[in-house]
Amino acid sequence: MGSTQESGTEGGVLTESLVVFLIISVVCVAGGLGVVFSRNVIHATFLLLVSLMGVAGIFLLLLAEFLALVQVLIYGGAITIVVLFVIMLTKSDEFESLVDNSQKPLAFLISIGLFVVMTVAAIAADNGNTVRASLKFSDLGHSLFTDWAIPFEVASLVLLVALIGAIVISKQGEEE
Amino acid sequence: MSIEELTVNYTAVVIAAIAGFGAMAIMFGASYILAPKRRSELKDMPYECGIPPSPYSWSQLHVRYYIFAILFLIFDIEAVFLFPWALIFVNAIDAVFYEMLIFIAILFFGLMYGWKKGVLQWR
Amino acid sequence: MSLLDLLKTISAIMGMLTVLSVIVLSLTLLERKFIGRIQMRKGPNRVGPFGLLQPVADAIKLVAKEDILPTWVDKVIYWVSPLVVFIPTFMIWVTIPVARDVVIRNLDMGLFYIIAFSVLSIVGLISAGWASANKYAIIGGFRAAAQLISYEIPIILSVLAIAMLAGSLNLERIVDAQATKPYIFLQPLGAFLFLCGGLAELGRTPFDIHPAESEVVGGPFVEYSGAHWSVFFLAEYINTFAIAALTTLLFLGGWLFPGLPGNVTASGVLVFLTKTYLVVLVIFWFRGTYPRLRIDQLMSLGWKVLVPLGFINVVVTAVALKTELPEIILGLISFVILASTFWIISVRMRTAPKPEYTVRLYDPSLEGLNAR
Repeated sequence: MGSTQESGTEGGVLTESLVVFLIISVVCVAGGLGVVFSRNVIHATFLLLVSLMGVAGIFLLLLAEFLALVQVLIYGGAITIVVLFVIMLTKSDEFESLVDNSQKPLAFLISIGLFVVMTVAAIAADNGNTVRASLKFSDLGHSLFTDWAIPFEVASLVLLVALIGAIVISKQGEEE
Repeated sequence: MSIEELTVNYTAVVIAAIAGFGAMAIMFGASYILAPKRRSELKDMPYECGIPPSPYSWSQLHVRYYIFAILFLIFDIEAVFLFPWALIFVNAIDAVFYEMLIFIAILFFGLMYGWKKGVLQWR
Repeated sequence: MSLLDLLKTISAIMGMLTVLSVIVLSLTLLERKFIGRIQMRKGPNRVGPFGLLQPVADAIKLVAKEDILPTWVDKVIYWVSPLVVFIPTFMIWVTIPVARDVVIRNLDMGLFYIIAFSVLSIVGLISAGWASANKYAIIGGFRAAAQLISYEIPIILSVLAIAMLAGSLNLERIVDAQATKPYIFLQPLGAFLFLCGGLAELGRTPFDIHPAESEVVGGPFVEYSGAHWSVFFLAEYINTFAIAALTTLLFLGGWLFPGLPGNVTASGVLVFLTKTYLVVLVIFWFRGTYPRLRIDQLMSLGWKVLVPLGFINVVVTAVALKTELPEIILGLISFVILASTFWIISVRMRTAPKPEYTVRLYDPSLEGLNAR
């Protein structure tokens, strides 16, 4: 689950949180493996939910309270619901045959490649800065709406595109 | 927000989750001990108003549900941006205020577009 | 964090669990008595004096009832779904204060925490419907999902306007900010949106589309029985109380009452409980009064009325705060928008073309021609 800039060497609080981090990581990784190896897509969705909640825990360990709650709201709630809907939109009789197909070796290679890239990036980014600092919620707001104003507005356009795309797709689906 | 405060707060949250789970486990346990268990083929049939159920295949969702899920997701994400803004915009510079008005206007346009296209109408 | 703190927290949460159970028992009795009175009946009056022991008898019955596992269900999801519904419902009570400092942990982002976790129980409802492998259950589950996600948005938007006014997401601070004026006077529109959305989140009349007995015979819960069914039941009543408590905290001034000290725990708890039970009675009163909406009416109301109103509410509140309008003007604008919405809806309802029904009487001479 990426790098969390944990060192576990500074005082009591950090070692405690290292233990918590290990527990959460085990939950996350176990959930993720479950998603991959589960034969039933709905079971996989529930395991995905477990994994995503674990990520919320990791955000919490990094003192990003707001981000942790956003993870619960958007990923734990909204994304899981959308995933469930999308699974139920497809004809479920096809699931069994979809689990194994010829793309498996390719998918394996790509995953390994991604894993290597992300691990290297995580190690390269580790500049020894292991102090966790929490940001005040109001400071987060100020920097989001002043320093990052343009990306923020672009986000609204991306959301609009997603919305219009969904509308077009669902209109096509109804015409058929 | 200090580390200690955060730890105490969210330990309470985790304990609440465990306590909720524990309470349910106790109830299910009590039910397992107390409740009768007499299974029969007829009793275990899915309910269908008294007639024998027709064969069931996991049914397929209509596409009209999907658009509402996407709308929900988009407005949820918008709400995530709105919350930090709600607490700071009064004392921040004016640009912050107008930025969010533009943001809301863009998404409101999306909602109106959907309305015009008729996807908000349940069929 | 010391061991003592940990033990304190654990005992507080256990206490909350007990209090919530008692509240649920009281709510079931209150609802049946109150609805009974509305319908000129007496309500339960056999078990104990005035039927007071009825909820206890119900609870024992539910636990001692056979827990049927139908043949075709997906066992894991079927057993896990009630937990996914119940645990988030219970978790939000960590940060709901009953009086000043009478709360387990007063989270700084309490309001956002409540919203984030309450969304999780929707997942449980969908999966409960899906896992039951029953046609009614799965239709009910989809309906539940469509309804709950639609009405989550107005709730979030009305709560957001409150956060703007109070300048905080901390529920205790929000109550403190209402020392001179409960926010219902500033935000009548917001209060309407919150209560409307709250009723829909609870799946109570007039928004009980997903458990609608006469249409989908109990919706996602149709296959559940015994202890597992009672978990959904428990979650519904805890949620009812939570919505009433949040209405009290956000719009009615929480534990504050003119003339009473806000710092004394006993009077605070009393005021809070009185207000909350009054809101609960209003929710039950709706159930005794209104018929159920159709699902197309429900979705139209959600997306074409409540969501746009929620946006208008947020923008009006933001502009009023930014331009430092007097609070009374904000309240008036909000009230005018609400009143004109009601007026427009009532005009539309009166002038909208009536659907045409053709009534076919039974004609024995046609028997055999179109026998089905």
